[in-house]
Amino acid sequence: MVIKSMHDSLRIPGSQEDSVAAAKIATILDRHARDGTRLVQILREVQDAEGWLSPATLSAIAEGIGWPRAQVESTANFYSFFHTRPLGEYRILFSDNITDRMLGNQDLMRSLCQKLWLEPGHMSEDGLVSVDATSCTGMCDQGPALLANYRTITRLTPERIDEMAHLIRRRVPVGDWPSDWFHVEDNIRRRDALLDHGLAPGEALAAALDRGPAGLLGEIERSALRGRGGAGFGSDIKWRSCRDAWGDAHYVICNADEGEPGTFKDRVLLSSYFDMVVDGMCIAGFAIGASKGFIYLRGEYRYLLDRLETRLAQRREAGLLGRNILGRGFSFDIEIHLGAGAYICGEESALIESLEGKPGKPRIRPPFPVTHGYLAQPTTVNNVETLALAALIAVKGGEWFRGIGTAYSTGTKLLSVSGDVARPGIYEFPFGVTVAEVLEAAGAPDTQAVTTAGAAGSCLSADEFGRHIAFEDVPTGGSIMVFDRSRDMFEVARNFAHFFAHESCGFCTPCRVGTAVNARLLDKLANDHGSPYDLDEMEKMHRLMQGASHCGLGNTATIALRDMLAKFRPAFDRRLHSPDYEPGFDLDAALSQARQMTGRDDPGAHLTDNLSAHAGETPSEAQP
Amino acid sequence: MNNSFLLDGEDVPFIPGQTVMQAAAAAGKYIPHLCWHPDFTAHGSCKLCTVKIGGRFATACTTRAAAGQEVDNRTEELTAKRRTLLQLLFVEGNHFCPSCEKSGNCVLQATAYEMGMLSPHFDHFYPDRAVDASHPDVLLDFNRCIMCELCVRASREVDGKDVFALSGRGAKSHLIVNSETGRLADTDFAVTDRAAEVCPVGVILKKRVGFAVPIGQRDYDEKPISEKAVGKVADGVKEAG
Ligand SMILES: Cc1cc2nc3c(=O)[nH]c(=O)nc-3n(C[C@H](O)[C@H](O)[C@H](O)COP(=O)(O)O)c2cc1C
Ligand code: SF4
Ligand code: SF4
Ligand code: FES
Ligand code: FES
Repeated sequence: MVIKSMHDSLRIPGSQEDSVAAAKIATILDRHARDGTRLVQILREVQDAEGWLSPATLSAIAEGIGWPRAQVESTANFYSFFHTRPLGEYRILFSDNITDRMLGNQDLMRSLCQKLWLEPGHMSEDGLVSVDATSCTGMCDQGPALLANYRTITRLTPERIDEMAHLIRRRVPVGDWPSDWFHVEDNIRRRDALLDHGLAPGEALAAALDRGPAGLLGEIERSALRGRGGAGFGSDIKWRSCRDAWGDAHYVICNADEGEPGTFKDRVLLSSYFDMVVDGMCIAGFAIGASKGFIYLRGEYRYLLDRLETRLAQRREAGLLGRNILGRGFSFDIEIHLGAGAYICGEESALIESLEGKPGKPRIRPPFPVTHGYLAQPTTVNNVETLALAALIAVKGGEWFRGIGTAYSTGTKLLSVSGDVARPGIYEFPFGVTVAEVLEAAGAPDTQAVTTAGAAGSCLSADEFGRHIAFEDVPTGGSIMVFDRSRDMFEVARNFAHFFAHESCGFCTPCRVGTAVNARLLDKLANDHGSPYDLDEMEKMHRLMQGASHCGLGNTATIALRDMLAKFRPAFDRRLHSPDYEPGFDLDAALSQARQMTGRDDPGAHLTDNLSAHAGETPSEAQP
Repeated sequence: MNNSFLLDGEDVPFIPGQTVMQAAAAAGKYIPHLCWHPDFTAHGSCKLCTVKIGGRFATACTTRAAAGQEVDNRTEELTAKRRTLLQLLFVEGNHFCPSCEKSGNCVLQATAYEMGMLSPHFDHFYPDRAVDASHPDVLLDFNRCIMCELCVRASREVDGKDVFALSGRGAKSHLIVNSETGRLADTDFAVTDRAAEVCPVGVILKKRVGFAVPIGQRDYDEKPISEKAVGKVADGVKEAG
């Protein structure tokens, strides 16, 4: 990253530096044909070149793409990885999933901040560096992890943090940091039908072309394949309705946003099974009559981008992508779009908005993407794993696939297992496997709780480990996080609540405000001001948000919390200060600023008794 | 099949293509709403219009009316949910109604009365939002913004200007204007714009006309919103055809 930091903000219009910056922005704009739908890509590239997105930069981009400036600013301010204020030459973001916390990320972050003399969230005074937390980066099997200028570093240790502080102070570019820090393991622990596929690149695609669109759709139908992105929608129905929808063009989107805390299986498919994914996308394109596809790659997986683009180029050379694939007259090409730190962009209509250069806010549905998707054209959005499985089915047939798993959940499922297990990593199991069998395989003898769909799904207690992983019993997108008996489930709930408050897109009232209320209530408990009343409030938020929210995020954001409240009540009760109502406001604490300013800390500068008369007055807090 | 549905047990006719909200408004029936306005495309964000259709929650402003639908609207369950939504909106911003120029004409306040909301219930967030007094004719007091985007839609769809946009994410969502300085004076906004009229709360306020109508004689001082709104809206919908 080439960054000129602080003095950018003081730039004198018309200066030489100004015209250099303008030229750079113009080059980037031209590369994207000044097309506003490419705004998220444009903003990332300009930020890479300029260090941050200044007001003048946003104006220049708006003018370049011919959009109202306010809309450009709106997009820039939506994504966590874009900054509209300077944040330093080095931007360090600690992955803050509960699994990172269990591996000690908070001590590491505190230590780095101390060594660099800065406060989390603020740039160091010399404008060199900022340190902050970010949502799960998908490295839960090899955490604690962080992003250094958006490049993934895994397996952090106190020694690595020491050395990192040195490297930053000596201004060593991130690209020159020890290369083993950037190493990402696959950690595949159990292989089954998909991970042991044994196919050559393009083999599945050739098989699909042999079957023809109708034959192929027939096999997908026979396979009873259901989407692996979470909802479990029948893939044949999705593809057929997309194919039948009228449009100028049809599109295939591979959803590689993988934002659910605790999932990392798509990362492994992209890293080591990319040809199966690309074959799957081509096959989907062949089935629905599309000639263009997008991979929406989460910003946290930036480190994969160049590698994946190289592989796409190789496939084009080998006749496995692009014009006239395998010499069979079918043309299909793929473009990769990088996200910029927003969990909601995994939701398919928000993803499409993002692909069109806008903030990732879910659309009103109907109409659904299969009829009105990307650029209002028929679009099928599928998870990475679904597409790889479609490739497998194209070769081996639907009957074969249906023989694996259960009647309602056919085939295998990739599980990302992390937390308190001896062998974290990827486990491919046929659907129907019990939670206990998964725990056994991963080495988890002393388990208290398992979350089965990341932060957005159920939390099971030990008496439920005999249940089956399947859409009809315990549905999962693949995130399995394991908590042993030493863990405080209250802290798990609090981490999840802050995750949702941070990731709510803000479009609808119940989720925008409700997630913030829940995070505040849990903080109130953590600060020893909780009462049973606050627990009832969380139940109330659950009842409101589930049903009234606009999309799946708000509808699922309280499920794990509700489960934990019901199944691990003592973890919450322990935090209750009194059986009666307690205000969230601590007057004495609020006076600390005044004490600091006046340099006083004597008893006279403190309030002795708790003035609960001020019920309901909470000072405004920094957002999580 | 006859083109009508049941709203709280009463027959409501509809023209194919109309939403439940449009049909109800045309029939003079009040479904609580904040972000919906008959003149603009539906937004579906405030969720005040949440109804139950065939036992499932849905927003009346975005759901197409269909023959035979059974829609629950003013039930105790839905009123309770709407009250909670209103409370969330009140604590999210800074609403000190007694000193607000919009008091009595404010849709948020009037809807809160209608839903029997007696207190904000939750701890206030007290967000720090600046006021923009730069424009010669109009004041923006963002403290009261409920993110309904009516001004955004009015400016885009009617004025053809795109003066407003919602920026940020989640609880950090906030309204911005279309200028590099962030000041309304530096946009092409005019007091004659439709966007100057649509704010349901007290954010977009015309200067020099404040408190022209005394509190006590304002829109919702005369009649509750359930009677007032449908009168106005029914006319609008009929005119719009
Ligand atoms: C908040 C939210 C986040 C989501 N994140 C993802 C994701 O990261 N990856 C994914 O494949 N699907 C995600 N989904 C589901 C998608 O909306 C969509 O259903 C899925 O991509 C369809 O693919 P499938 O049919 O192959 O499952 C998410 C949904 C919601 C509501
Ligand atoms: S539920 Fe949450 S994420 Fe979904 S639209 Fe509403 S605010 Fe956005
Ligand atoms: S300023 Fe008024 S009209 Fe605009 S979004 Fe805020 S509350 Fe709605
Ligand atoms: S009026 Fe329907 S969601 Fe706001
Ligand atoms: S009374 Fe002021 S915004 Fe409603």
